[in-house]
Amino acid sequence: MKLPSLRVNAIAATLVLLAGFALVFFYAPLDADQGFIQKIFYLHVPLAICSLVGFVVGGLLAVAHLRTGDSRWDARSYVAIHLSIIFGVGVLITGSIWAKASWGKWWVWDEPTLVSFLIVFLLYATYYPLRYAIEDRDRQTHYTSVFAITAGAFVPLNFVAVRMAQSLVHPRVFATANGGLPGSMLLTFLVCLAGMGLLWLALVRFELAAKSASASLSRLRRALEGEPEIPTQGSRIAPAAPPSAPQVTT
Amino acid sequence: MRRPSSLSALRAILAKDLRVELRTLQSVPAMALFAVTTFVLFRYGLDREALSGSLAAGVLLATVLFAAILAINRLFVAEREEGGFDAIRLAPVDGTALLGAKAAALVIYLLVLEVIAVPIFGLFFLDSWSGIPPLAGVLVLADLGLAATGVLISSIAANSRARDLLVPLILLPLLVPVMIAAAGASQDLLAAGGPSYGGVAKWLAVLAFYDMTFAAVGFAVYDYLLED
Repeated sequence: MKLPSLRVNAIAATLVLLAGFALVFFYAPLDADQGFIQKIFYLHVPLAICSLVGFVVGGLLAVAHLRTGDSRWDARSYVAIHLSIIFGVGVLITGSIWAKASWGKWWVWDEPTLVSFLIVFLLYATYYPLRYAIEDRDRQTHYTSVFAITAGAFVPLNFVAVRMAQSLVHPRVFATANGGLPGSMLLTFLVCLAGMGLLWLALVRFELAAKSASASLSRLRRALEGEPEIPTQGSRIAPAAPPSAPQVTT
Repeated sequence: MRRPSSLSALRAILAKDLRVELRTLQSVPAMALFAVTTFVLFRYGLDREALSGSLAAGVLLATVLFAAILAINRLFVAEREEGGFDAIRLAPVDGTALLGAKAAALVIYLLVLEVIAVPIFGLFFLDSWSGIPPLAGVLVLADLGLAATGVLISSIAANSRARDLLVPLILLPLLVPVMIAAAGASQDLLAAGGPSYGGVAKWLAVLAFYDMTFAAVGFAVYDYLLED
């Protein structure tokens, strides 16, 4: 699959998001119940969808990593999860603001979507301590991939369990068989969702480009200083140990 | 290539683990002691002398869950320190034999723990014991779920620097659905007026689904945890 260049992707994300927000403020009608605050819906829900889809995509990329053994897939999986966690912070903040405005409380426990998102977020927050607690590079990529797959499978399961446990308070705007959301709101929402998805993709690719640029920079710098080239990927047959330090098993 | 030794390898590793546990008594007595102490803490923390319904379910399951963390933390310590991982890697057996054996060992530890802890819980807090026999089914399914995720996370954490820290950190959010479903089922069973079975089947289905999902995930990815 060939993606358009990062520049095109970034410009498209900006344009679609701007169009989406223009629609939010000048086209979409005010909500009859909630008034202006309901417009946070066009930010909150696309963020949440992108974040959750991003977590699952991170799991799928980890599957690709384990199947191929190519560490580039691991980098993609890592960056996908990383960006999804950042989006997740946005989801929790915008969700809290919306909850405060429409239910009068910053946090509501009997609201399944909020609670299950928090659980998923807490689980993924442990991705960083896990990743940086494993020193061996090969092991790190394998183990975090296993974590990403396990957690990716956990995301839908957790939503089912939490939803079953609680009363249904959350505004379920799509669940009422096309009767919930008027067409103008749906259009605005879809444009915002597309913009947010493009933004997520652009940020992931930007982060990946930055990572590979800094990796090749340090490789060049090492070459310039005349140090022996350290292979970036330990060979499967003979894992490269640094010549000075003996391998310490942890 | 057919590996005829997979099941016998599983049995051998399991027998080894159980023998080690019987000789050293490292995990199960600690778990039981921990559980009883936690009950006492709950008695004063909640300031109740009798529990029923959701409160009883929550106290029992939270205690079992935290006690399980103790065993899960120790599950791979011997393998790591005494070179068990390397031996498995050298031996011509499937890595999943290790996964299965450890999961089975963990389920056995948890069952022994519950045989000890549930009667003590009943003695301390329950007015009527009629909910205890059906509770066994819920606990078995919860144990299977604990074992499926516990083994996976334990073997990830065993090879990291901060393993005692990572196991509870990663495992607790993963176990939230187990807690939701098991507590949902047992709060009806431990209800004040005697057990009711109306909502139990739904929760048992969630537990079974959770168990199968993570057993399948473990089965699919476990070889990658051993391959180095």
